[in-house]
Amino acid sequence: MTFLPKPKLHHPALGHNALGYTRRDYEGAISTLCAGCGHDSISAAIVRACFELDLPPHRIAKLSGIGCSSKTPTYFLGASHGFNSVHGRMPSVLTGANLANRELIYLGVSGDGDSASIGIGQFAHAMRRSVNMVYIVENNGVYGLTKGQFSATSDKGAKSKRGVVNSDEPIDMVGMALQLGATFVARSFSGDKAQLVPLIEAAIRHQGAAFIDCISPCVAFNNHEGSTKSYDFVRDHNQAVNALDVIEGREEITVDYAPGTVEMVQQHDGSWLRLRKLADEYDVHDRVAAMDYMHRRHAAGEIVTGLLYVDPAPHDLHGMLHTVDAPFNALDDAALVPGAAALEKINAGLR
Amino acid sequence: MQPTDVRDPEYFHKVVDCQWACPAHTPVPEYIRLIAAKRYADAYMINWHSNVFPGVLGRTCDRPCEPACRRGRVEEAPVAICRLKRVAADYKGDVRSRMPAPAAQHNGKSVALVGAGPASLTVARDLAPLGYRCVVFDGDRRAGGMIRSQIPRFRLPEAVIDEEVGYIVELGIEMRLGTRVESLKSLLGEGFDAVFIGSGAPRGRDLPIPGRQEAAANIHIGIDWLSSVSFGHIDKVGKRVIVLGGGNTAMDCCRTARRLGGEDVKVIVRSGFEEMKASPWEKEDALGEDIPILNWMVPKEFTHQNGKLTGVIFEKVKAERGADGRRKLVPTGEPDQHVPADDVLVAVGQENAFPWIERDAGIAFDRWGMPVVDEVTMGSSHKQVFFGGDAAFGPKNIIWAVAHGHQAAISIDKLCQGEDVRDRPPPMVTLASQKMGIHEWSYDNDVSPDHRYKVPHQDKAVALRDITSEVELGYDDRLAFKEAERCLNCDVQTVFAPKLCIECDACVDICPVDCISFTANGEEADLRGRLNAPAANLTQPLYVADGLRTGRVMAKDEDVCLHCGLCAERCPTGAWDMQRFLYDMAQAGHACRSH
Repeated sequence: MTFLPKPKLHHPALGHNALGYTRRDYEGAISTLCAGCGHDSISAAIVRACFELDLPPHRIAKLSGIGCSSKTPTYFLGASHGFNSVHGRMPSVLTGANLANRELIYLGVSGDGDSASIGIGQFAHAMRRSVNMVYIVENNGVYGLTKGQFSATSDKGAKSKRGVVNSDEPIDMVGMALQLGATFVARSFSGDKAQLVPLIEAAIRHQGAAFIDCISPCVAFNNHEGSTKSYDFVRDHNQAVNALDVIEGREEITVDYAPGTVEMVQQHDGSWLRLRKLADEYDVHDRVAAMDYMHRRHAAGEIVTGLLYVDPAPHDLHGMLHTVDAPFNALDDAALVPGAAALEKINAGLR
Repeated sequence: MQPTDVRDPEYFHKVVDCQWACPAHTPVPEYIRLIAAKRYADAYMINWHSNVFPGVLGRTCDRPCEPACRRGRVEEAPVAICRLKRVAADYKGDVRSRMPAPAAQHNGKSVALVGAGPASLTVARDLAPLGYRCVVFDGDRRAGGMIRSQIPRFRLPEAVIDEEVGYIVELGIEMRLGTRVESLKSLLGEGFDAVFIGSGAPRGRDLPIPGRQEAAANIHIGIDWLSSVSFGHIDKVGKRVIVLGGGNTAMDCCRTARRLGGEDVKVIVRSGFEEMKASPWEKEDALGEDIPILNWMVPKEFTHQNGKLTGVIFEKVKAERGADGRRKLVPTGEPDQHVPADDVLVAVGQENAFPWIERDAGIAFDRWGMPVVDEVTMGSSHKQVFFGGDAAFGPKNIIWAVAHGHQAAISIDKLCQGEDVRDRPPPMVTLASQKMGIHEWSYDNDVSPDHRYKVPHQDKAVALRDITSEVELGYDDRLAFKEAERCLNCDVQTVFAPKLCIECDACVDICPVDCISFTANGEEADLRGRLNAPAANLTQPLYVADGLRTGRVMAKDEDVCLHCGLCAERCPTGAWDMQRFLYDMAQAGHACRSH
């Protein structure tokens, strides 16, 4: 960390997006996390993704729980809405916000403690309900704020900084998200922005529950030999199943690739995902096969990354509840309180 | 690309743009930090050591450092380096006790120095403390050369010249003022071990167009006229004055004329405004004193009546590119314009003149009449004769004269000690970490967002009334501090240790100017194109380091690095460190002999 704010001076060739903003305009306050924390890289990736997607900062809401990861929304999108909620309760606060105003883009930022321990129930139900959000777990496998105990995602057999071996089975967040019905599931690594930024962009464009498990080494407590979430370990065991580009609008999308190596997926909002296959036979649309593949590769000691599953035509919570198109917070009193006659009519229908 | 060899002192020297651009390689950021710390005397001595005339240069330097300043590439204007130098001179107090003492004993060698200007005085300053007997000759009765004769007092008070020339004379220099050297051969015959020629470019170019002879009484050569004003021989000028020429001498002429009774003073230039040789700030000051600058007008004829000048006829021109690609001035076809005037000052250039050097004295001259001088040693074809300042390569400026003087002094010292003059001494270089704590550096790494501060000026009415009233009042200590804080400390280098790097991207993410990238290596042109921010400024190097675990390289574009140290603060392993780089040019003396 540093005490100084990042100087406002920027590169003279720093570009502007369609809204006239520079990437620097999407930054937040200076990070107070430890130097080298993977979470800061994820913040930088979110900044880049929002800049590249030309998102108006005031149309984004970032919500988080408690923990190192949940501090990070302060460090990006300084001009967006933010809510730092109770430990593990980000999903329910976000669900409420989404019900009240479906027009914002919802970014839930959480960690392995916040989502796999105290908030695991909240996580599970947000996925089940298909809340339209990006759910990022900044997964470092350790409780950093309390000085380095194993978290629920620590791999069995992993060593703590003091040499203690973890005897508990890890919770596999990707496996749970797949099983619980998330319609966009990905895993990435904070040290690989070339992979992470397009995944965040695609997740933002996805109109349903989009889950990204992002391995994010804790330099202070989990970057040693024997850790399975260190920079070196992840780099050595990282197996990407595909490489993703997000293509906006109607621009030319035919690029020469060997047949069968590229798959184009159109998302519900019209954006295209261009997937260059890196693992043969991996089918990004087969939920069951994806779960099977994850387990097998994990057993082989690999960390599978990339876009693991996507449903291009997802349902979201509002669709399932048949809510009106207008956000609730924009409805006037007449619409929200239709009066005794309307109540009478509803009651009559239930008799 | 090959990994950068940061052990080569020239690599980090080039990163310190101001110092690299300074002919005398003054360690600029080092003295600016001292000014911020109110250590004015220390700041002055750093300057004095390297550029000899900080008070003079702080007012008159051509400031090659400022266009080079990195700050000018990340915001509107560079740091006011020159005026900060003046601050050091203004507030230093008494520094006589810090000056070198005259040599305790002579070393038996004597050096003649022709001209008492900045080049000769620099040579004398470097050599006298080593025991050399230095004898300075000048036709003028007072020492200083063009510093005294050509720079108007409203830009440079006499007291500043007296003080800084005095520091040198007090080293025991033998001053033979009012003694013009008439023959190099007889000077060599006096038994000097070496002769340094720093006689300047003393001849103002004339304008031989019709009417020049007839109206001669009111047509003056700019530098001669300025010198007559300086020495009090001229104290008035006509109400309507035309200054011909677009250089700094023209600017001094027009502003001087405004103070001697010129009410309608115009500068008229052949070229366009942008192409004028005068420094932008000097043009600005002239315009500020209600002096219009008229461009694209070529003088054709002086008009006169009864032997008295009545004005100048000008032809209107425009610039066109000829078939050879060269720019030429061609008439626009508009009618000629007559501009009435009582006096004309001709400031269209200066020339060298060596009538006192016999052609058989052993000095080779080129076909332009200039001596053949070695750019490194400042030596001529005569082993004992050296040149410097405007006398060496034609009109330049004071700071170049100083730089030449230092090099000539090294050469003369080596010659007199029987060493190879071509074997140049290396600089003294220090590179030391500035880390004091987790977030503490021994320099202020908080980048100031301030824009350049203007130097306060004397009230115009007061300034124009009195030719000795200095126009620029200089920064006060408060403004000086704020301006000093704008310095980016480019001499505090970002030093990278690949072995310690875990490639966590923390430095990449925090860098405010996106100058750090981790990527696959490639040829320079290719690499420059695919960094996090394109490295389009080819005059600025890439710092490339290999030996990373992933096989990638770290490539840092030095171009717009703010030296804020955030990369090093964010680095969890100390792979980045901020290290102060001090590059001290070698000067004549025993230190270089030991190498």
